Amino acid sequence: MNDLIKKVTQLLDDKTINVFIGYGQGTASRIRTIFVKNSSQVENLVYTSDCTANLAGYLLKHEVKKIGKLGILANDSALRSMMQLASEFQIKDGEVYVLHAAKDGSFTEFADFQSIEAYLVTIDTGITSDEQERIAKLEAMTVKERWIFWNKEFEKCIKCYACRAACPMCYCHRCTTDVNQPQWIPVASHEQGNLDYHLMRAMHLAGRCVNCGECANACPMDIPLNLLTYQLIAPIRTTFDATAGMKADAVYALSTFKPDDKENFII
Amino acid sequence: MEKELKILKYSDLPKMIEKFISQGYPVLAPVHKGKIVEIEYVQSLDSIALDVLLSTQSAKKAAFPKVEKVLEYTMNKAGVVQHPVDPADSKETILFGVRPCDASGFKSLDAIFGEGPSDQFYLSKKEKTTIISFSCPVADEYCFCTSVGGGPGNTAGSDLQFTSVSKDELLVEILTEKGKKASRIFADLLTEANSAIDKTKFIADVKVVFDLDSVVAKTTASFGNAELWLEQSLRCIGCGACAFVCPTCACFDFQDEQDTKKGVRLRLWDSCGFSLFTLHTSGHNPREVQSQRWRQRIMHKFAYMPEQLKVVGCEGCGRCSRACPVDMNIKEHLTAIREQVTV
Repeated sequence: MNDLIKKVTQLLDDKTINVFIGYGQGTASRIRTIFVKNSSQVENLVYTSDCTANLAGYLLKHEVKKIGKLGILANDSALRSMMQLASEFQIKDGEVYVLHAAKDGSFTEFADFQSIEAYLVTIDTGITSDEQERIAKLEAMTVKERWIFWNKEFEKCIKCYACRAACPMCYCHRCTTDVNQPQWIPVASHEQGNLDYHLMRAMHLAGRCVNCGECANACPMDIPLNLLTYQLIAPIRTTFDATAGMKADAVYALSTFKPDDKENFII
Repeated sequence: MEKELKILKYSDLPKMIEKFISQGYPVLAPVHKGKIVEIEYVQSLDSIALDVLLSTQSAKKAAFPKVEKVLEYTMNKAGVVQHPVDPADSKETILFGVRPCDASGFKSLDAIFGEGPSDQFYLSKKEKTTIISFSCPVADEYCFCTSVGGGPGNTAGSDLQFTSVSKDELLVEILTEKGKKASRIFADLLTEANSAIDKTKFIADVKVVFDLDSVVAKTTASFGNAELWLEQSLRCIGCGACAFVCPTCACFDFQDEQDTKKGVRLRLWDSCGFSLFTLHTSGHNPREVQSQRWRQRIMHKFAYMPEQLKVVGCEGCGRCSRACPVDMNIKEHLTAIREQVTV
């Protein structure tokens, strides 16, 4: 923790960065994102096992970018989001100062995207045992049962779009759901509108989602949206040998054509 | 009307719900749904979540649902034929087991929807809703009802209020004519209460954290304080969770859904937190950035509504703070306005 405070103080003092995006104490036992702009604020930084949120989404927020050069405390998910964002030309190498927070509480500086990529191939990109259990349950269902399961979950949706707002990959200036000429997705939060929205969002995240779980964490109605996007990771991996958020210059599997692409999904 | 006090046994609650239902009154009440608590139609007391601090969503949907049909129309070669939807086409309903902040939240909605050309879709549903609230035995760190003129035993907006006064008994306050009418349905279950009973002994102690008049005055003076709003909202990600769980947020959108022959016009919840909320057709957006949208949210509740409708647009329920994915805590932000702004 002292290392973190010392490092961020130095970065701000020598003007390497203008703001550091990290974790601070929130309401009661909650952790929240804080923006440290000068060395008098660095004491507000905390780092505990509860600091699991993926902060990468803030790198694209207009008012945050406007502050100046950004530094970020990035966990594994955030690093992967950053690689994916880089591959989609949303951030550039050298633009952001990256301090990586490892699960063991140590902090490592990453000088460039190449060193992030080198680190990412060493980590386990799998999911937690709890998630595995929930996925296994879903996969054991018949198609009809799964359909009922998701429709029941979507019934709770109020279309507050917290899932979209929390997702680092949902950065579109105008989301498909906001387009009204033509209107692809019904705006109403009724059965059809909720289903269309969540299926559209999941499909747009296929091959891009790094499974950070921010969508599900953000949902005030407790819809396990991460299970929906997670189930699209394996098909992309097996079909196109692609995993999101591993390389800054990756080519997106679903927007490129290779002559040897498998076509077994075409009915 | 003069308030009447009665006693109802907990063990008679199932019978009371049965009586409402058998006499044709649908009952809306908080219901556990996994980790969240929804407000839904119930058939018996078993499914009602009376042990929770607050439902995840507010009770506003009883009169202001998230999707509401306001018009149907058909189209043919001659043109469009409108088939109006009758706003009064709703049943007399019992809204049961909600909290005082839910009941008093309807006061803000009444003011908003009752102003100017009054909104019959809301008003007729509200008129047909009898609100039975339960005073709060506990509160949490998000609650601040007493700072905005409410309280854990506040009866404003309630037709009946129940307070747990022992492990077997509820004190029943009959507060309005509507409440009196509803109480007749289960009159045989009620006994006389000792008029000296002190309700405050049985409700939570919610500390006042700020002086409301001062917050209103300072918020009103802060429109041009861009730094304040930016500082508060830098972590806001611009979703609508706060507005949609809020008992007083009333903004809505209209959308038509149609095919080539027929269509419906729907009224839907909307939120000032969305970037599209004020986007003009020209592409200009008067609230271009999130800090301006956050300013709107706070100023609407604590400056514009007090000025125009003589009511504060916040009940201090703290739902927005609990629902916020990034821990925007309204109590904390209002306290900061109180402390930081000088007028």
